Amino acid sequence: MTSPGFIDQLKNGLWYENPGLVQLLGLCPVLAVTSSFVNGLGLGIATLAVLVASNGLVSATRRWISAEIRIPIYVLIIASLVTCIELLFKAWLPSLDRSLGIFIPLIVTNCAIVARAELFASRNPIGSSMIDGLVMGLGFALLLMAIGAFRELLGRGSLFARMDMLFGGEPLQGLVLVDGGWLLAILPPGAFFSLALAIAAKNAIDRRRRAKQLEAMPGRVHPSGN
Amino acid sequence: MSNTGVIKSGVTLGVIGAICTALVALTYQSTEQRIEDNEKAWLERSLQPVLSGVFYDSGISESKITLPAPHGLPGAEDALIYRVYAKGEPVAALFVVSARDGYSGPIRLLVGVETTGKVTGVHVLEHRETPGLGDGVETGKSDWAIQFKGRSLLDPESEGWKIRNDGGQFDQLTGASVTPRAIVKAVRETLLYFDLHKDRVFAKLPAGTAAAKDEE
Repeated sequence: MTSPGFIDQLKNGLWYENPGLVQLLGLCPVLAVTSSFVNGLGLGIATLAVLVASNGLVSATRRWISAEIRIPIYVLIIASLVTCIELLFKAWLPSLDRSLGIFIPLIVTNCAIVARAELFASRNPIGSSMIDGLVMGLGFALLLMAIGAFRELLGRGSLFARMDMLFGGEPLQGLVLVDGGWLLAILPPGAFFSLALAIAAKNAIDRRRRAKQLEAMPGRVHPSGN
Repeated sequence: MSNTGVIKSGVTLGVIGAICTALVALTYQSTEQRIEDNEKAWLERSLQPVLSGVFYDSGISESKITLPAPHGLPGAEDALIYRVYAKGEPVAALFVVSARDGYSGPIRLLVGVETTGKVTGVHVLEHRETPGLGDGVETGKSDWAIQFKGRSLLDPESEGWKIRNDGGQFDQLTGASVTPRAIVKAVRETLLYFDLHKDRVFAKLPAGTAAAKDEE
């Protein structure tokens, strides 16, 4: 296999090409469902499953699909997979399905998925395509979880509340640190602020790293940009 | 694209379409029963908060009637009524109605009323009120909704069916009076409807109402 190694792919998915932080794909779910950690985790898992399966299917069928009809086929594959995931959620995680509501079927419109099909899976072997789906999905899920945890902590003063929606059992309060919180964080504007902070933090870390690299190599002009 | 190209593309699309359809059909079939059970369990569970202290032995989900708007109950959406029986005698009716004057869109409410006209409980099913303020009407978030239990049209009498800010007998929430005001009003309207139409609510085949068509 001449495709990139697993570690490089992992680094790309989680950091350098993170679908949410860098490619800014799928912002609708990033902003809309991340009012709590468990919502972020749930939608993250669903998106990850769709990404792995759609990348796998697109890659497996890439030899028979001519360029003219590839987009309708991607849409077909992704829509069917999302429908299956939605049915599975309704059957096995009904309360999480209620909490995520329309955002499960809306995974169809998550551009991160069709982008990975087009950019990666349509021109790479099935194994590395599925790994790409896995790492990109992980990057996306981790971002959803991070923003979810951040907003839940600020907005409600709790963390990991209602994990029973994923794992069953009695309703759980999670870690309640303070009663109530800064309301704005769980309202829609809080989502924009949180995402902006996350992107700013990532850029700051990247810049610091680049500055260190430059220092380590005196006399060499380092290309700017990522 | 040449002719054979068109045919080839068409066949490819068809085959992949068939595979995808099969995949969805298979998943649907294997999850159908479970989803149905979940829906039923969820319904029974969500009706529980207004059934505490009520003795009944009937299946509740089977006794549903749907009233399309306009129906005289609060709300512009369809209203649902679940009838509760014990030993064949009606004991209570559970109404799903909407309070229209909330802060942000309709508030979907579950109101349980005993045949005596006493409220068995009020439970907010769905709302878009401001988190941290108006959402205190949710049973899980505060005790606000408990004050309705045991009330009736005579307790308090008509002027009392308002929030305290408006000179009534019902508590509002700190920092939020719009949402509680809307709910108090909707509960009262539901009680008035039940008082007027009690016989029709429990009638097996209420003649001349839309409910008759929906009788299951």
